Amino acid sequence: MNSVIPIQSSNKALGPNIQHERGQREVFCGLTGIIWLHRKIQDAFFLVVGSRTCAHLIQSAAGVMIFAEPRFGTAIIDDRDLSGIADANEELDKVVNQLLRRRKDIKTLFLVGSCPSEVIKLDLARAAQRLNKEFNPHVKVLNYSGSGIETTFTQGEDACLSSIIESLPPAHLNEVANENKKKLLIVGTLADVIEDQMQRIFKDMGLTGVEFFPGRNSQKMPVIDSNTVYLLAQPFLADTAKRIEDRGATRLAAPFPLGVEGTSAWFEAAAGAFEISKEVLEKALAAPRQRALTAIARHKTVLENKKIFFFPDSQLEIPLARFLSRELGMKLTEVGVPYVHRQHLEQELKLLPTDTLIMEGQHVEQQLDRCEQANPDLVVCGLGLANPLEAKGYTTKWSIELVFTPIQGFDQAGDLAELFSRPLFRKEKIAA
Amino acid sequence: MQLTLWTYEGPPHIGAMRVATSMKDVHYVLHAPQGDTYADLLFTMIERLPKRPPVTYTTFQARDLGGDTAQLFIDAVHQANDRFKPNALLVGSSCTAELIQDDPGGLALGLKLKTPVIPLDLPAYQRKENWGCAETLYHLVRNITKRSAASSLSEVTSKPPESVRPSCNLLGATALGFRHRDDVTEISKLLGELGIEINVVAPMHASVKDIERLPLADFNVVLYPETAQTTALWLEREFKQPFTKKIPIGHKGTIAFIREVLTLANLPIDEELIKHLSKRSRASWYAASVDSTYLTNKRVFIFADASHAIAAARVAAEEMGFQVVGLGTYSREFAREIREAAKLYDITPLITDDYLEVEDQIEQLHPELILGTQMERHIAKRHGIPCTVISAPMHVQDFPARYAPQMGFEGANVLFDTWVHPLMMGLEEHLLGMFREDFEFNDESAPSHLGGAKKSGAEKLSTQSPEQAQDNSSLELTFEQDGAKTSSSELTQSGEERVNQLIQVWSNEAEMELKKIPFFVRGKAKRNTEKFAKETGVMQITVETLYEAKAHFSR
Repeated sequence: MNSVIPIQSSNKALGPNIQHERGQREVFCGLTGIIWLHRKIQDAFFLVVGSRTCAHLIQSAAGVMIFAEPRFGTAIIDDRDLSGIADANEELDKVVNQLLRRRKDIKTLFLVGSCPSEVIKLDLARAAQRLNKEFNPHVKVLNYSGSGIETTFTQGEDACLSSIIESLPPAHLNEVANENKKKLLIVGTLADVIEDQMQRIFKDMGLTGVEFFPGRNSQKMPVIDSNTVYLLAQPFLADTAKRIEDRGATRLAAPFPLGVEGTSAWFEAAAGAFEISKEVLEKALAAPRQRALTAIARHKTVLENKKIFFFPDSQLEIPLARFLSRELGMKLTEVGVPYVHRQHLEQELKLLPTDTLIMEGQHVEQQLDRCEQANPDLVVCGLGLANPLEAKGYTTKWSIELVFTPIQGFDQAGDLAELFSRPLFRKEKIAA
Repeated sequence: MQLTLWTYEGPPHIGAMRVATSMKDVHYVLHAPQGDTYADLLFTMIERLPKRPPVTYTTFQARDLGGDTAQLFIDAVHQANDRFKPNALLVGSSCTAELIQDDPGGLALGLKLKTPVIPLDLPAYQRKENWGCAETLYHLVRNITKRSAASSLSEVTSKPPESVRPSCNLLGATALGFRHRDDVTEISKLLGELGIEINVVAPMHASVKDIERLPLADFNVVLYPETAQTTALWLEREFKQPFTKKIPIGHKGTIAFIREVLTLANLPIDEELIKHLSKRSRASWYAASVDSTYLTNKRVFIFADASHAIAAARVAAEEMGFQVVGLGTYSREFAREIREAAKLYDITPLITDDYLEVEDQIEQLHPELILGTQMERHIAKRHGIPCTVISAPMHVQDFPARYAPQMGFEGANVLFDTWVHPLMMGLEEHLLGMFREDFEFNDESAPSHLGGAKKSGAEKLSTQSPEQAQDNSSLELTFEQDGAKTSSSELTQSGEERVNQLIQVWSNEAEMELKKIPFFVRGKAKRNTEKFAKETGVMQITVETLYEAKAHFSR
């Protein structure tokens, strides 16, 4: 719980001021990613191996929605497992058997590690191996950790995707079949509607066979090898990117596809890698870009020159700050981020105003004090802080909505801007 | 290890948070990893509290585990104490910190702070939320009252002269409790009208100073045994304060409660006053009015925390005239009480925290109304059964903006309205029964005052996947639901097999006739008919058999 320590930035000439603090974090752990991953990958089940707290966390975070029987659950560790009366591995096998009997539609089962399972060193990798012997090929059993001692919120998706990549057959088995043809892979969970839109634009650019990872079905996984070039759709996929590159793939450096500028540059990066001419690219992007510009203009009148303060949450904060400052004219006071991946965010950081304060990590009490000093017009924060800040007179935007809403790409740029203008507009509308 | 899809209660430290959050000047330092702060949103989003819960989390990470997590905890205690200046500090572990055994209690006590430190030892792998709540209140009360008795404060708070009005404490209301906020208002008002002073309400709205004053009351009112019974038992032993056992839910429950408190307060039982006060409840008149006749023997399934479940069963049976067909609780601590209550309705209680088991029983019992928690609302929605939430765990919608107590006479009014509202009204039900083949208004439609939208027939009774369910007619589903397969496909079986399995065959006409019976009693009619047929040795069930059985069972 130290105060602010400036990070040495010797290798960086000019750019945002990245500082670091640590203390109480008001951020979800990686388990929370299950809420959207279980909807994206429709034939997978996520079994958290953890405590009652883990079960309570996921159902509370997902509590606004009603699932008759969700495609996630928790194997709750109890006293008998801890005291050694029961063998935790045997118990886990029992639970998995019970589950798979109940849900015969499951094709992939993720064993998801938690804080307690990590601390008691329950080896889920070995458990997955053991269960695979029993259930593969009918059900593939994978494992990753969503524990709070290792992952924050969206890092859970990173850990999950990286476990999938690791489970894919080795790249060399595919090389012959692939005619050495360069191919594009988009990495990171996107709403189905956004995938479809992007696929149409790629087609207009003359790029076919673009694949998205993760797919909607766990049986359809991309082949990744040295012919693969990939674009990240999300800024929190450090481990996944590493695994992909281990298989010989190359990352295309680009900002993230949020807002007009980010989305344009993202498609440009793809065009560059596939030697698509400026004219073809321009033709493919012109119409959707114009629509996006029109859509966001309306919100600029509400947001321009308003001060915004970000509490850390999803790691989307830096691309969002870039969009809000450059396209909507907002003033950035502090941009809190759980963790900054300097390489993946390089293109983003370049675009931020040089005096931007980026705060990596969190000490929530100190940050609340700084927020009070900055007196922002809009605060982006998690669910635990939003109502208390509203009650103090601040206007807030819950950050979790940014993860559960389609916001990427041209046709969502207006919706994204609206997520920020709506709280301000609403406050004005219902003001006494 | 137990497979859990939904959990009725959180871990025990959530219970401690509920106590801390309901009080004015207590702070809780929780040794916990990142992610455990999710619990804040229960209070700020579900209950819409305008302040953060008074909880500091240490947020240790994997890399701290080899190092000094204990120091992290000590720093957090100092920072919380300096920043929030609480009058008492609760300290403890969440599930993960319990495993690393830093002993937060010992560490915090070792700091010799001026602020009283109350260590909480809440075993996360054995116990749950309500137990954590009860245990936290007990330790807080015990620690604070002992401390004040030992100090000079006891003079200031010495017992007032006998001349003043009798007084009581109101125990058990917490943050995240089901309608606790409004129950406290309602019962406080009622006690005032009975001439009983409220000494302290705790933990809701209480300060540490208030807790010191608890021993001054003549007796305790336990609103929620789940959270307050441990404390009340200790106060009874320590300070000779008796406590109430009656829960003031429902018209009759409230009157029984009034008699109990008057006795405990040494006041005369003033029948005139009781009569006067009870006029406030319209519920008993509404239940008596002819419009309510259709409520008679409606089959109701109840699942809740123990006290709400027991009280709801009593109100359902004695005040609404329903038939209690199922009663259960997730509060294992109160299993004995639930068993006792279930005897009154001649049923076996369901004591479980496995929501799948609850769903199974609901499917078997075919209730016409479910009184349950948020989980049962999921189940009810899937099966198209009317449902009202009567207990935690609950949804943001169960914290209404309006005044809506469950207790006292106004509470009885609320129960009547909220339980009856989801049901189809009596005369509408008759019309459906008379013109069963109406294309627009039929079994499949919801009550017209609720929008009358068509219910999903496939979902209504299905325990199967939606694809399978859609292949079957709703009648066949009803049949399979009852365990005995008697759909027309059975006709292909050999006679011998039929005899061996003692399965009767339904004629086509009888099947058609059965279909004309409203779906919520169809299962019962079918079971009764088959039972009757078996007893009388009839193998082919005809329309005649159906009506003979009806006459037989309506004697």
